[in-house]
Amino acid sequence: MELVAEKNTKNFTMNKESEQESKTKISIKNARVWYGDFEAVKGISMDIKPNSVTAFIGPSGCGKSTFLRLFNRMNDYIDGFRMEGKIKIDGTNIYNKKIHVEELRKEVGMVFQKPNPFPKSIYENVAYGLKIQGISDKKVLDSRVEKALRQADLWEEVKDDLKKSALALSGGQQQRLCIARTLAVEPSIILMDEPTSALDPISTAKIENLIFGLKEKYTIIIVTHNMQQASRISDYTAFFYIGELVEYSKTKTLFTKPEKKRTENYITGRFG
Amino acid sequence: MRKFKEGFIEKTLLTSALITVAVTIGIVSVLAFEAVRFFKEVSIFDFFTDSQWTPLFTDKHYGILPLLSGTFLTSAIAISVALPIGLSISIYLSEYAPKSFRKTVKPMLELLAAIPTVVYGFFALIIVTPYLQGIFPNLSGFNSLSAGLVMGIMIIPFISSISEDALHAVPRELREASYGMGATKLQTAFKVVVPAASSGIIVSIILAISRAIGETMIVAVAAGQQPRLTLNPMVPIETITAYIVQVSLGDVQHGSIEYRTIFAAGITLFAFTFVLNTISYRIRKKYQSKYE
Repeated sequence: MELVAEKNTKNFTMNKESEQESKTKISIKNARVWYGDFEAVKGISMDIKPNSVTAFIGPSGCGKSTFLRLFNRMNDYIDGFRMEGKIKIDGTNIYNKKIHVEELRKEVGMVFQKPNPFPKSIYENVAYGLKIQGISDKKVLDSRVEKALRQADLWEEVKDDLKKSALALSGGQQQRLCIARTLAVEPSIILMDEPTSALDPISTAKIENLIFGLKEKYTIIIVTHNMQQASRISDYTAFFYIGELVEYSKTKTLFTKPEKKRTENYITGRFG
Repeated sequence: MRKFKEGFIEKTLLTSALITVAVTIGIVSVLAFEAVRFFKEVSIFDFFTDSQWTPLFTDKHYGILPLLSGTFLTSAIAISVALPIGLSISIYLSEYAPKSFRKTVKPMLELLAAIPTVVYGFFALIIVTPYLQGIFPNLSGFNSLSAGLVMGIMIIPFISSISEDALHAVPRELREASYGMGATKLQTAFKVVVPAASSGIIVSIILAISRAIGETMIVAVAAGQQPRLTLNPMVPIETITAYIVQVSLGDVQHGSIEYRTIFAAGITLFAFTFVLNTISYRIRKKYQSKYE
């Protein structure tokens, strides 16, 4: 599958700035989503660049979360969900009937709004994604769990109580655990749906730093309500309004010289 | 005037609460009082070790073991039927079935518990036993197998309904986290949802056991009235509850030792169900706080 094969080529294109600029990780063509009769996403086309952080901003109910959840087909289980258009990841249409959603989701990880660790131990949480793939070798599991926890900047805090329940961690630690859990599966894309909205400022700062470091290896898309956050951590920003993509450009450009009046009103806090 | 009205209503509500408590205390004290008088004549040691229960015969023995083994046997058969079926139903309804299907089927399943148990007992005696005799020719007309099987059907909704509630209460976010890492529906159901709902599932099983132990009509009608210390499901036995029915309906003299055996048997039964209900209450309380 192309979804998997791409990983190997990623490493050597990473250093070549110019080539990376022109590459597209996710390509969306005229995506439309309905929940029953309600049209939540009204024909959006955009390209998302690899090894970058792309922020989705916009007022509540603008369809940005729904749009994000298209990329790992997380809307599939919602009653009345229907979609049109094409979404290609590394050139493969992920809504093709031949696609295994489970394989897709190993490639496109997700971190949710509220920290949602399983009611299991810290270790079991991180090892979960590996175990369901059939990996049972204790040595492999141990090393991948440690690697993922280190990547999520949580290892030092939890290395002595990996057997402790994940629910005993603080909210910020739980969210970093959820990030570690996602990283352990080694996806190439990470979707983050308002990952810091339930956290205090210090935990938020830790996660922002983390995201900043992760983009070297991963393509990250983050939905956020926090404009400062978008401007701090993202390379590209897309502004959505009632199911439409209003403006999409480099973050600096969008926040300093927005093209559309509506974008300007939103980022300056005049509505939303 | 308004204050008086409020106060009156409050007192009325308090009274109804107190009446329930008083009735419970009353029942338990009558049980205990009569049981104590029984144990003045029969030693507790004999009660729990004698392997015969023949209070209505001339050669009297007061060993509760045969009644306990009968109760245990029918309940064990019932649980081994109800547990796999009930759990499968609950997992299917909560994780796979479309919403509309779940909404119609769940109340229909709960109807199983609403059928009068005497109907089940009759069903076991008239239909299930003759059918089973076609398979096992040496099966007695009264036996614990048929009573246990039918009782198992009856308690399915206890397991399926309460387990389904517990599974359904597992937050959607946990399922999504699991799907998000590439897990299938089956993996998610068994590795995330069921463990997360385990306390609720255990509660459902305990309540079902408690219900099976206390069930009376089915075993009284279909399992026989022969106290027998055995684990053979093919022969007639007697459960604690069936014995109580037998003696209550018979013409034992009020105040006699035969009469008091009811209370001794009754308090034993009560002890079992009380312990089981307490355990399930504890687990449920712990589990309620988990996702709040």
